[in-house]
Amino acid sequence: MELRGKAWKYGDDVDTDVIIPARYLNTSDPAELARHCMEDIDAAFASKVSPGDFIVAGKNFGCGSSREHAPIAIKASGASAVIARSFARIFYRNAFNMGLPIFESTEAVDGIDAGDRVSVDMEGGVLRNETKGTEYRFAPVPPFMRELLAAGGLLNYIAKRKKGT
Amino acid sequence: MGMTLTEKILARHAGKDVVAPGELILAKVDLALGNDVTSPIAIQAFRSLGARAVFDRNRIALVPDHFAPNKDIKSAEQVKMMREFAREFGIVNYFEVGRMGIEHVLLPDEGLVVPGDLVIGADSHTCTYGALCAFSTGVGSTDLAAAMLSGEVWLKVPETLRVVLSGRPGKWVEGKDVILHIIGEIGVDGALYRAMEYAGDGIAHLPMAWRFTITNMAIEAGAKNGIFPFDAATKAYADGRAKRKYEVVTADPDARYEEEFAVDLSTLEPVVAFPHLPENTRPLSLVGDVPIDQVVVGSCTNGRIEDLRSAAAVIRGRKVHDGVRMIILPATQEIYLQAMREGLMEEFVTAGAAFSTPTCGPCLGGHMGILAAGERAISTTNRNFVGRMGHPESEVYLSNPAVAAASAVLGRIGGPDELS
Repeated sequence: MELRGKAWKYGDDVDTDVIIPARYLNTSDPAELARHCMEDIDAAFASKVSPGDFIVAGKNFGCGSSREHAPIAIKASGASAVIARSFARIFYRNAFNMGLPIFESTEAVDGIDAGDRVSVDMEGGVLRNETKGTEYRFAPVPPFMRELLAAGGLLNYIAKRKKGT
Repeated sequence: MGMTLTEKILARHAGKDVVAPGELILAKVDLALGNDVTSPIAIQAFRSLGARAVFDRNRIALVPDHFAPNKDIKSAEQVKMMREFAREFGIVNYFEVGRMGIEHVLLPDEGLVVPGDLVIGADSHTCTYGALCAFSTGVGSTDLAAAMLSGEVWLKVPETLRVVLSGRPGKWVEGKDVILHIIGEIGVDGALYRAMEYAGDGIAHLPMAWRFTITNMAIEAGAKNGIFPFDAATKAYADGRAKRKYEVVTADPDARYEEEFAVDLSTLEPVVAFPHLPENTRPLSLVGDVPIDQVVVGSCTNGRIEDLRSAAAVIRGRKVHDGVRMIILPATQEIYLQAMREGLMEEFVTAGAAFSTPTCGPCLGGHMGILAAGERAISTTNRNFVGRMGHPESEVYLSNPAVAAASAVLGRIGGPDELS
């Protein structure tokens, strides 16, 4: 599976309150959440993001609340993945559980500027900055997490286990 | 090799003799909880599995506290979905408005979390229960749905950061100052993916309410959980409340800690976190002139009776500054009642403060005290991110309840010693 799009670049500690402000948490409708995605850090994001685009950020992306609305909003906005130096742990879990690909790579974050064209070959574990002609390897997904993804997310994984026992 | 408190509790719940950092385990949960923001997604996910029963109707807690009492029609619909789910599946621990409270104060106070437990909650501040020597951590709604069905959660055994506390805290220093100081030193990702285990003789000077405040904000350092050892204070708190038998867990003397961080409590002064990260801390004496528009005392961090007493002792016989709105939110109905019995409520209202029914409300910019553009609040809550309490151009400063109350009188951020 290959992901391709342009980069939206942000700094460190992008928190869940700016990814999806709590004033919109009275709904869990993905389309509505997507309309307010990143609103308090970048009011232009939701209206200008194109399908396949990447969010590229610094350390501790998704810190703060456990709201699954955050990865839901990003996924529903059309963004294909988040690339960051590191992720806050609940966001990390939620992204896998929701099927939003995330990649940890300090080198890639350093080498990508806003607007660069980026592509990711998930199987090959390669991230390309097509604008600059650079290539990065990202940390392999742990086997257990691959199992989760292969099952189609956590719910299907649990359902399969239930059937098996 | 010995095990830390976190490793021991995780091993027990995974049916293993030993676990080590980095290991992925499937663990049994003693309690799984959700609130009015996170439960609706979990309920939809649960129903999508075609499940006909929850794993144990006594071990799920559903607490509408974030936007409750319902702030608008959409919030009312979310709580309605929770209520109907609770009825349909016979969930025992659903807490209705009028009997509810902020989940992380309510559940331990009700004895639904006990020492040695493994608790997951679809709320990031689920890490609060570590004060009881339990393992607890925040997860998302899908994890909650899976746990409601299976009674299990997958977890990666974390490395542990050992925080050694020594000395006795000085005047006006409370649990909030201890955790803000630590976050200021190690940063908002200083404990990322790790457990924070407290140790040292300084713990004896920390009442349970302060320990809850300290473990509550483990997430603000990026931690998976915060945990205190079991001692006489834990026993006194748990024994009057525990609805289940509990087992005391202790760390092994040869447990392995990835890193150690020391805090001499006697050197601390009250700490204030400046916008827009909890790590932007300054000791109170270096705050400078910061005028404020609003003061909030409450939340899962500082909404306990001890916190209200601390704020009331400062406000007693004084008036809230003309330019300030002060909002007090007791965390549970029981605390509300206790504040009435002790006369605290009257003192707050006489001083010119608003006294609210329990809710998370303004902490996350939900309702009951939203800030306009350019407004500034000092708050005993846990986060000061951009837009956290309202308009993206508003500001939140974090402090302990005594400093918040003194600031309400002064009209600017300041300490109780500045009051005449």
